[in-house]
Amino acid sequence: MELADIAIKFGLIIIIFLISLVIAMYSTYAERKIAAFFQDRVGPNRAGPWGILQPLADGGKMFLKEEIIPTNATPFLFIVGPSLAILTACIGSAVIPWGQNMVIGGKVIPLQVTDINVGILYIFGVVSLGVYGVMIGGWASNNKYSLLGAIRAASQNISYEISMGLSIIALLLVTGTLSLGEIAQQQHGWHWNVLYQPVGFILFLICAFAETNRTPFDLPECETELVGGYHTEYSSMKLGFYLFAEYINMFISSAVMATLYFGGYNYPGMDWVTAHLGPIAGPLIGTAVFFAKIFLFIFFFMWVRWTIPRFRYDQLMDLGWKILIPLAIANIVVTGVVITLLN
Amino acid sequence: MSTFYFIAFLSIFFSILVITAKNPVHSILYLILTFFTFTIHYILMNAQFLAIVNFIVYMGAILVLFLYTLMLINLNKESEPVKPFMVKVAAVFGGGILAVALISSLKSLGVSDPVVLKNPELGLVKNLGKVLFNEFLLPFEVSSVLLLSAMVGAVLLATKDKETKATI
Repeated sequence: MELADIAIKFGLIIIIFLISLVIAMYSTYAERKIAAFFQDRVGPNRAGPWGILQPLADGGKMFLKEEIIPTNATPFLFIVGPSLAILTACIGSAVIPWGQNMVIGGKVIPLQVTDINVGILYIFGVVSLGVYGVMIGGWASNNKYSLLGAIRAASQNISYEISMGLSIIALLLVTGTLSLGEIAQQQHGWHWNVLYQPVGFILFLICAFAETNRTPFDLPECETELVGGYHTEYSSMKLGFYLFAEYINMFISSAVMATLYFGGYNYPGMDWVTAHLGPIAGPLIGTAVFFAKIFLFIFFFMWVRWTIPRFRYDQLMDLGWKILIPLAIANIVVTGVVITLLN
Repeated sequence: MSTFYFIAFLSIFFSILVITAKNPVHSILYLILTFFTFTIHYILMNAQFLAIVNFIVYMGAILVLFLYTLMLINLNKESEPVKPFMVKVAAVFGGGILAVALISSLKSLGVSDPVVLKNPELGLVKNLGKVLFNEFLLPFEVSSVLLLSAMVGAVLLATKDKETKATI
């Protein structure tokens, strides 16, 4: 690999990292504004015009607050918990294709950090690792409520990982590849996977809600029963990391859903646009379309949060094990039969 | 090669910590790190699929369950059962015999010839799938039946008592 390639990759990683952080920051603002809209309030409007500086004010507050480590906590693991949460949230973006290859001065620049041939499984591995941050933090706090929140998170994530994996298997039957770059390429123009896998998409969407601990699956931090759940004992930026990780996870899972099922950077008429605007502006418009899809999904996450109340724990387990898993298996069987018949 | 030795050292180091850690939760966390080093070993051997499966299944699922169970059990020093003296003597004796057996088997070992794979890309998902579903189809399917029967058995054992319905 040449030095220029390394520099380009490095720049791409930095840009994606910064974009994830900025989007996560402004997701908190969007969440509050949308909540305000749903509840007929105004929402944050004091810091800057329309409250646009509110995330910065929140971040400053988080950094400046007193840092408390409880006496009976395990200090090292208490710090490892939020660090692991934010780390696993950030590394998921490595395999997502953000756009078509750009050609600048005869040089092809892929808008994807790495296109490993097991891309989907990598995402899946990162998701399954995400629960450790919550579990370690909850256990190290040495608090009943934290422990209960951590245990809920673990059992919920494991249960929903199964149906998530099964819904991905049905998708793989259609695409025939594990690489996210190829999956995005296959959905050129209008051939979005959601048209072939509607049930799989709905399963994946539900599981994504459960994996990111968003309402109606936010039982790990259910404040009416568990005070604050796994982050009860946390303060200052360590709490900030947990909350931030949730928003980054939401961004990354929106990006994954857009890539897997909604065509990623593809949109109808993209060939025409690329032919007329050249190989730099064309892919950039594709990336803009990709981000528009991501924002739609993020809005959907928030819409659901302020619309549907939280599940009871047994309802959560029933939904995961008795409805989603059989449905996912049936989806695999039907997909397999249809593909065999069509070939 | 030096990467291999470094990772191998880490694997052994963390697996020793698994045994010596006083707190069971800590030893599970060291076990997670040990499995993570195994994942790196697989990547060094160009077996990406095995690496990621090891990552998902062992680190992401099995050890989460280990951790889950251990967090629920209250393993304090006070509740730890004190073993009788004779058991300790027997344990030392048994461990010594095992050490003798291991050392004698180590002495009889020679340096193995380096294995040269016919196809260095064997670990990639495409090739592995072809091998699994062509040459090893029957063992592969039989093992899936085995796993299914184990699963059904576990469910059966868990729901044996109809009076007490499991609620979390």
